[in-house]
Amino acid sequence: MDLELMANSFPKLLNAAVITLKLLSASLIIGLFVGLFFAILRLNKNIFLNKFAYGYSYVFRGTPLLVQIFIIYFGLGQIEYLRSTFLWVILKEPYWCAIIAFALNTGAYTSEILRSAFQTIKPGIVEAGKSLGISNKIIFYKIQIPIAIRQSLPAYGNEIILMMKGTSLASTVTIMDLTGVAKYIISTTFKPIEVFIVAGGIYLFMTFIIHNLIKFLEKKYSFN
Amino acid sequence: MNTFKKIIFTVLVSFLLLGSANAGKIKIGTEGAYPPWNSKDASGKLIGFEVELAWTLCRYIGEQCEIVEQDWDGMIPALIMRKFDAIMAGMSITAERQKAISFSQGYADEVASLAVMKGSGLEGLDTPAGINLTKPNAAAKKALKTLTAALAGKTVCVQTATIHQNFLDSGDVGKVNVRTYKTQDEVNLDLASGRCDAALAAAVAFSDYAEKSGKPVVLVGPTFSGGAFGNGVGVGIRKDDTELLNAFNKAIDKARKNGDISRIATKWFGFDASM
Repeated sequence: MDLELMANSFPKLLNAAVITLKLLSASLIIGLFVGLFFAILRLNKNIFLNKFAYGYSYVFRGTPLLVQIFIIYFGLGQIEYLRSTFLWVILKEPYWCAIIAFALNTGAYTSEILRSAFQTIKPGIVEAGKSLGISNKIIFYKIQIPIAIRQSLPAYGNEIILMMKGTSLASTVTIMDLTGVAKYIISTTFKPIEVFIVAGGIYLFMTFIIHNLIKFLEKKYSFN
Repeated sequence: MNTFKKIIFTVLVSFLLLGSANAGKIKIGTEGAYPPWNSKDASGKLIGFEVELAWTLCRYIGEQCEIVEQDWDGMIPALIMRKFDAIMAGMSITAERQKAISFSQGYADEVASLAVMKGSGLEGLDTPAGINLTKPNAAAKKALKTLTAALAGKTVCVQTATIHQNFLDSGDVGKVNVRTYKTQDEVNLDLASGRCDAALAAAVAFSDYAEKSGKPVVLVGPTFSGGAFGNGVGVGIRKDDTELLNAFNKAIDKARKNGDISRIATKWFGFDASM
């Protein structure tokens, strides 16, 4: 064990963890909106909208995240027509390609989490609102969404942690996130065990924070 | 002896037999993704200059060999962790790597070069045909200055953990935006897509790609050798494995004398890259 290397690489890896957190938060925020949008489509009675939303979640949950990143980064980069459009400004940057892939991926899972949360809301609650003369729109925003969010917290907490670990794949498209910098240090020191132990420790610490944050929120919004 | 003991005994004996069958084999690690040095054919079989050379060297050593595949970025750690006994993967002999492993004498040499897509602003740099960085002369120093000016703020793509990355990191051509990839294939893809302003690798890696893909990839600037680019490509071997190191050195001597290295190099590179 090269303790000196571990100590030296720690600040560099900590810096890189900031990139990881940026990737994670950007993907989660975009993914939450994408997920909510598709969850609402899933609940729609219109068969086309419903099937479209189902297809989206089916494709993105049924293929590996690595494949999705590669298709968006290397795959779309091969299409010559695309390179002459304004889309290329975004797709040229590995950072945005990674965020698009992560957001679409977590969006698919989030849509399923939210859909099942909406479906567990007892019809009685909605009916109670209606009997008080509250409009459908307000019932949806003020009653159904808050309950759905509470219901989905445990599952969504898991999704955040999975996504946090998923961001390590950003290093495959040249982004210098926590894993990317770890690999870079290994490429000059040839000591993978030491460096990956430190990087793994940082990931574990981030999981610890996220886990406790979700636990806190669960408690805060519990019905009891 | 009851049946259970018999089964355990048989399993243990077969493990021993398997172990001894493998003991005499030299395992050689290669990447299989760096043509023409080493790559794979359509059926997934390892081919290339080093694969053929490895079999030849094994014949001279007089031992059974096995060639195993390993991703480039884990090549040296895998050797140290005894996943195989020797590296033949277009790995240049550099001072940095020699801190971790030993190298046999060089068996082939490659020059590195920058490549751009046809029509790039970097075409037509006024530099000599080749520069050696071990003891850079005035012309080489001037070429580095020209490159520093031309590459300022540009994105240059390289495969990770290579001499090409080391060179860009060394600051000899100033501050360029270095982007690293797991394989040379990915570097080529992003050079063609326009994400990279330029790429740096073995000159043959680019000409091989241009030929196979039909993409207008052109070499620019001087070819590089020496300095951060090391002193030829050799067999990487664990530091404590001096016996194997000597065996490889002797085998390379014999193969060179008999003209095997030149012949195989000419076959795969189209020119004699042996040394």
